[in-house]
Amino acid sequence: MPVLYEGIKEEHSAVRTHAGVFDVSHMGEVEVEGPGALAFLQRVLSNDVAKVELGGAQYSCLCAEDGGVLDDLFAYRLGGDRYLLVTNSANHEADLAWLGRWSRGFDVAVRDVADRYAMLAVQGPHARPIVARTLGIELPARMRVSTARIGGRPALVCGTGYTGEDGVELLIDPEVAPAIWAELLDAGVVPCGLGARDTLRLEACFHLHGNDLSPARNPIEAGLGWCCAEATGFVGAEAVASARREGTAEQLAPFEIEGPGIPRQGNPVLAGGEPAGEVTSGSFSPSLERGIGMAYVRTDLAEPGTALEIDVRGKHRAARIASKPLYRKG
Amino acid sequence: MTLADAHYPDELLYHDQHDWARLDGDEHAVFGITWYAQDSLGEVVFYDPPEVGDTIDKDQSYAEVESVKAVSDVIAPLSGEVVEVNDGLADAPEQINGDPYGEGWLVKVKLSHPNEAEQLLGAGEYRKLLENS
Repeated sequence: MPVLYEGIKEEHSAVRTHAGVFDVSHMGEVEVEGPGALAFLQRVLSNDVAKVELGGAQYSCLCAEDGGVLDDLFAYRLGGDRYLLVTNSANHEADLAWLGRWSRGFDVAVRDVADRYAMLAVQGPHARPIVARTLGIELPARMRVSTARIGGRPALVCGTGYTGEDGVELLIDPEVAPAIWAELLDAGVVPCGLGARDTLRLEACFHLHGNDLSPARNPIEAGLGWCCAEATGFVGAEAVASARREGTAEQLAPFEIEGPGIPRQGNPVLAGGEPAGEVTSGSFSPSLERGIGMAYVRTDLAEPGTALEIDVRGKHRAARIASKPLYRKG
Repeated sequence: MTLADAHYPDELLYHDQHDWARLDGDEHAVFGITWYAQDSLGEVVFYDPPEVGDTIDKDQSYAEVESVKAVSDVIAPLSGEVVEVNDGLADAPEQINGDPYGEGWLVKVKLSHPNEAEQLLGAGEYRKLLENS
């Protein structure tokens, strides 16, 4: 996926007001199947997988024993004992090794099926009607997955996304992907690149693993306690429970720059002139027309409204902790 | 977004870091970035200018321009003192893309060493540099 096709601002705006399509075929897919699939996923995923109904979707962290976040992913329940995990490409191989290791003792098969799928994310307020009409398929509700035939081949349609807009993610046969891409463009969907994907997800305060999530951070400090069900006894649950109980020294918090300046990953955060954290994601927000970001800051500074400074290449830019999401429709 | 086509006016002088200077009499010049520079950067969303009165040195950074994805230093083609900055860019930094040699100018400078201009490139030489890069 290129950084941009025509322009990041234009693509960003297309997704906020109309419909855009991202070729996210780099995402990894892992199929987990067998009588022990649920028990195994309860062991490795942070959320309560038992709550996922047939055709349901759920967000989870994949945690290490110390609670560090190895990856964040969606799990889709395709069958009674069959699930599909969609992983971040940079973590896909490591995830597979990790899942393989923890699958011992469970009656389950863990398969790398990344080669089986191309993935097109069609997002925006007009995305659903355009996809339904253009591809002639029924779409699942939000946070659901359904099967369909796309380009004459079996496909999965997921009511999920990474932009803060409604839309679907299509998991399709790679052989038909170029034709489907072209059909969507012919129907007026705007091709979008990595640049817009980043500004859209940051405005929505969705985490990016490698920036806002890492093995050195647990889900609690990342603000992902809502997707952790420690009672399931997942790997890392004890560390997560302890972090939840005792609190963490730092918290991930979204912020807005109040005047000029665009924060970038790695910029120091200052409070009263003293170091108070670090920016993990930063960009210009096309919707808000100002610098925005997320930073790990001292927990006492993470409340919305708190005034801070961001050291942007030596210039101290006034910033304020905001509430999630940074951009809200309407 | 429509950007102007690649062009490098003959009446300007060019620095190999993709900056231009328009001489104004013997002692003053206007600076900006070239079509190539703005095209490489993409849509400019922020211009961080120097202050009037700042001294700037040839070949050194005197300002920053940022696109959504990246920040870039702006290199001074000549030395001098900033006498005016383009305030219009605060609200419309995209003029650097749309009109890099006109409304997208960055600063006016009183030159401290006007003879430095002899080291800059003509439009033909600059075009050749781009072709060979």
